[in-house]
Amino acid sequence: MKIKGRVWKYGDDVNTDVIFAGKYTYTVKERSEMAKHALEDLDPDFAKNAAPGDIIVAGKNWGCGSSREQAAICLKKRGVGAIIARGFARIHYRNCLNEGLPIIVSSEIQALVEKGDEIEIDFGTGEITAGGKKIKFPPYPEFVLGLVNDGGLIPHVKKSLNRGAPPRKGTGPLDHLRRLR
Amino acid sequence: MGKTFAEKALGRAAGHPVSANEVVTVEPDFCVSHDNTGPISRTFKKIGVKRVWKPERLVVILDHGVPAPSSEHAVNHKEAREFMKEQSAPHFYDVSSESGVCHQKFPEDGFALPGQIVIGSDSHTCTYGAFGTFATGIGRTEMAAAWATGGIWLKVPESVKITATGALKPGVSAKDFILKVIGDVKSDGADYMSVEFHGDGIENMSVSERMTLCNMGIEMGAKNAVCEPDRKVLDFINGKEKSSDWEILWADPDAAYARELKYDLGGIVPGVAKPHTVDNYAPIGEVKGRKIDQVFIGTCTNGRLDDLRAAAAILKGRRVAVRTIVIPASWNIYRGAMRDGTLDTLLDAGCIVCNPGCGPCLGAHMGALAPGEVCVSAANRNFKGRMGDKESFIYLASPRTTAASALTGAITDPREA
Repeated sequence: MKIKGRVWKYGDDVNTDVIFAGKYTYTVKERSEMAKHALEDLDPDFAKNAAPGDIIVAGKNWGCGSSREQAAICLKKRGVGAIIARGFARIHYRNCLNEGLPIIVSSEIQALVEKGDEIEIDFGTGEITAGGKKIKFPPYPEFVLGLVNDGGLIPHVKKSLNRGAPPRKGTGPLDHLRRLR
Repeated sequence: MGKTFAEKALGRAAGHPVSANEVVTVEPDFCVSHDNTGPISRTFKKIGVKRVWKPERLVVILDHGVPAPSSEHAVNHKEAREFMKEQSAPHFYDVSSESGVCHQKFPEDGFALPGQIVIGSDSHTCTYGAFGTFATGIGRTEMAAAWATGGIWLKVPESVKITATGALKPGVSAKDFILKVIGDVKSDGADYMSVEFHGDGIENMSVSERMTLCNMGIEMGAKNAVCEPDRKVLDFINGKEKSSDWEILWADPDAAYARELKYDLGGIVPGVAKPHTVDNYAPIGEVKGRKIDQVFIGTCTNGRLDDLRAAAAILKGRRVAVRTIVIPASWNIYRGAMRDGTLDTLLDAGCIVCNPGCGPCLGAHMGALAPGEVCVSAANRNFKGRMGDKESFIYLASPRTTAASALTGAITDPREA
């Protein structure tokens, strides 16, 4: 899988309230509607001008705060191709993968790119190409790759349940199905 | 090499010994969710499984917008209500005088038990660590999958050991201690980790104070936060345990930690988290005198009876200078405060008392802020826009500091109130 897009660059500790405001959590229900409020309290330009496949580059602790999944959904639905950050807050990290939104931990990219730069991510080789330079990132564990490739946790669970057979050892998230069924 | 609490609790649930950084799949003892049960049930239905794996393990407590402040909220409540009925799931807390904020009500009714695994579709699920529970927040989709399959994958976290000795001085609260800790550790300092609170300083704290500490574990990124369950915890849960399959677990003295911090509680002073991050700590002296527009005392962090009493002790016989919103964390607490005169004291001082629930903590209702307004809040988050307008400002503080500030209309040291 390869993703190519323009960079939207942000700093440290971008929390879920500014990604998707609490006041919308029970009033905005349509996933496509959520996209219109993405990053509203941090960068109102983003929801207006982001193009499909654009890539967010951020500092440490991206997505800290609430467990609200809309923070992952609104970015996915707004067309974000991937998020590269120095680090991710735990619940948001899981939420992104469960939504099938690829995320990458890297500390090198921030110094190399500015807003609007075009970069490319190759998940096959584990490389980011930015300004003629190539940066390596560790490949996903097999079970995480399975989640992302299936388009998120729900399609992944459905697929496994429909298959009827317990998933292969090492498929991680659904190992427990073997124990329960 | 000994085991940490997280290694023991997840090992017990996995059925074999585990060590930090292993990924295990476990069956949760309880799954807690709130108003987001409606959306979770919609996702659950998409999976194509008809029945929740064990309906008696679901605990659903409506609290984020109660009573419904809009028809959109009401639709969520309706969906949750209908889903729980359809699943014959017994533990549903509707909008009634039996309820409260989920993180208060869940332990109050005996669901938070030592050594058990609890997952919750709310980041402050970590509160139950005050009872020796391994409790962690997850997203909605993940909850739907757990309802369908009865399992969740968890990485066994590394652990941070925070040791507190001594006792807090008069006018200083457990909230002041945890704000200082978060200021030191920073908002991601415990990301993906289990935070253990050790030491005689913790032993001397009440269960309510320990809930305040564990509640804010997520504000330093923690997966869970936990205190050793002792006699106080056993007395609290005695007779109301909702499951018999629990066990007191605690870290071995020779367990391995990623990081260790030590505090003398006698050295802690009243403090605040300045806008717009929880780790933006300042001792009260640095922010004293800053003008405020609103005070909020309540939430899963600091809406318990001892919190309301501490505020009332400062407000007794005096008059607030700014609008002051008090929200007890549950109806049991509301009744307790009514019986012992705390509510009268607060009302006499000019506070308003709203019905138990999350209230303005996440900006939904009951006290949202206008542009430029400043609130001193006993809650757990001060992110930009959290309580309403994105140009408003939130200072987090103890109930004592919020009460002292309400009297003067400016941030005030409770030791001088």
